Amino acid sequence: MAEKVLMKGNEALAEAAIRAGCKLFFGYPITPQTELAAYMAKRMPKIGGVYLQAESEVAAINMVYGASAAGKRVMTSSSSPGVSLKQEGISYLIGADLPALIINIQRGGPGLGGIQPSQADYWQATRATGHGDGQIIVFAPSTVQEMADLVASAFDLGDNYRMPVMILADGLLGQMMEPVELPEPLGDAALPARPWALTGHHGQRSHQVVNSLFLDAQELEDSIVRRFQRYEQVRKNEQRAECYLTEDAEVVAVAYGAAARVVRSAVNKLRQEGLKAGLIRPISLWPYPVDVLEHQVGISKAFMTVELSMGQMVDDVRLAVAGRRPVNYFNHTGGIVPTPEEVAVALRRVLAGEELHIVPFHSKLKGEQQ
Amino acid sequence: MSAPTTEKQSEKILFSRPKALAEVLTNYCPGCSHGIIQRLVAECLDDLGIEGRTIGVCPVGCSVTAYDFYNCDMTQAAHGRAPAVATGIKRALPDSMVFTYQGDGDLASIGMAETVHAATRGEKITVIFVNNAIYGMTGGQMAPTSLPGQVTQTSPYGRDVAAAGYPVRVCELLSSLDGVALAERVTVNNPKNVRAAKKAIRKGLEYQMEGLGYSIIEVVATCPTNWGMEPKDAFEWLADNMLPYYPLGVYKDIKAVGGSAAVADEVGNG
Amino acid sequence: MPHISVDSYYCKGCGLCVDVCPKAIMALNFGEISQKGYHPAYCSEQSECTACLSCAMMCPDVAITVER
Repeated sequence: MAEKVLMKGNEALAEAAIRAGCKLFFGYPITPQTELAAYMAKRMPKIGGVYLQAESEVAAINMVYGASAAGKRVMTSSSSPGVSLKQEGISYLIGADLPALIINIQRGGPGLGGIQPSQADYWQATRATGHGDGQIIVFAPSTVQEMADLVASAFDLGDNYRMPVMILADGLLGQMMEPVELPEPLGDAALPARPWALTGHHGQRSHQVVNSLFLDAQELEDSIVRRFQRYEQVRKNEQRAECYLTEDAEVVAVAYGAAARVVRSAVNKLRQEGLKAGLIRPISLWPYPVDVLEHQVGISKAFMTVELSMGQMVDDVRLAVAGRRPVNYFNHTGGIVPTPEEVAVALRRVLAGEELHIVPFHSKLKGEQQ
Repeated sequence: MSAPTTEKQSEKILFSRPKALAEVLTNYCPGCSHGIIQRLVAECLDDLGIEGRTIGVCPVGCSVTAYDFYNCDMTQAAHGRAPAVATGIKRALPDSMVFTYQGDGDLASIGMAETVHAATRGEKITVIFVNNAIYGMTGGQMAPTSLPGQVTQTSPYGRDVAAAGYPVRVCELLSSLDGVALAERVTVNNPKNVRAAKKAIRKGLEYQMEGLGYSIIEVVATCPTNWGMEPKDAFEWLADNMLPYYPLGVYKDIKAVGGSAAVADEVGNG
Repeated sequence: MPHISVDSYYCKGCGLCVDVCPKAIMALNFGEISQKGYHPAYCSEQSECTACLSCAMMCPDVAITVER
């Protein structure tokens, strides 16, 4: 068993990617993902890989497109405003069926927003990663260890389903240090073959094309329908979530990433008081873990989402619960991370049958703690 | 398709379709310069024997469907992003040969940042830049290289430089960058200039093979349809109007004395 | 003797070969309509051809083959 090292989340993502066979990194500086790029700049030359600081996020994602088309494991990382710039390229990756790993260490928005942790890019990641019909797989780690663990998985799923994969974390996870056990490095021979890649035909085969343009409407529809058939497989096979104390929970909080860390503490607090609270922590945000929620509807009286946004993932919880149970929400945004106490207060109120909705209640809740 | 071959030993093919060019009908309008330029690129791939390790990048514009026209591996790219896509390919596969085929709107407007930075990084790619002073695919709008006074769909009273600014001279602009190995402007308005254009394209590819850096061959070209002219008249308009603004010649040659050659007159400005 | 052949599958009848031919032996065949709806070019006087390749150089559709 490998020994544990103390690393920042951003660094763990980078080292795990190198160990998963990622040979090329293209990025552009932005807070709070900077350590990731800096780590790559240091490490890539040592392993014969490529670190390239692009002139923009737009250029970086298109370099990713090129390297992926050429058959290599490749990644980029950024933070919210930078990911907005990458959306064009992500749409082209989707349209050309190219795998790639995209990291978003979220910060507050909209606009320049702030540089504190945020989860306000949920809609962007799961609903609107660019124009056109398309999806990407989105993973949301909650610990530095999980950041390291999800990277190899992200690359593998990208190759398997031929689609981009995003790891959606936030400034808190990216910047914090935790002990992490890194995966064993993968040899090049262990990487999946990409027979569709552009490597030059070398007189061995006919020419290959990587393309997202279909001037014939029927061809375009066919290509999209084929892609959505793959998405169905992804929905079926790749839902991931952690269920914590949910088997007898009367109230279940749903939270991912950094927010889930706070909620776990709040749930523990309620359990100590003898109150039946639980946590569902989605790990895959797309595909959303609807099966777990479906099961939970039969157990719990009420749900409550906790997000570092004005309430985005709550839409998916509502879709899954489909009106059968109340879905409350408790949020902070703009870079504020709630305290476990705040969440505990909110959960108690939901348990008492109250309907809770967002920020305007916060000052009141804070008052109750005192 | 009648590829005329002959059994007679006395007969020799002096000119025929290059092997790197796919046997498909292009979707270009009659008399469009694209066909000539794409043929020259294919001839160079044949002459240098590099089709098998070449990957072409064709971004949005009339250039975009070129992925169907070459027998080498090809990728389509987003508008303006070909230099970035080419960078990704070349960095992933340093032994491959990578060319981009870009129009003026793509290269000098929406993709100017990607162009300048690929050039200044000295990316070992070869850029074929087709400058026909108009947006062809979208139906004839003003381009960054449209001439002062030029009438287009979006400059219906002629390009007013007070409002729309001046055309960009790409070779001149890029020639100041250290990463550029070759910047040469050619045209294809007559057989002599077509031969010179081919020589320049071949040189650009050779510089890439030698790892010398970024090479750009700007081809001053026509768009008869959107200029509203017969193909022959379009070439005359090109000689009379475009070449004075965009003088032919070598703007940067890393192998020339001092690294930058004077504008060569021998290729014939007109 | 040089011989020019024009593949009417590729030819779009743009007339650039007609304009450039120094011997004026290239012409458009108005009696023929190609699959794509063009009047393809042809060589009206093969014996006059000097194999200068000008027509082939200017052909945007690579429709011309010149043999000797």
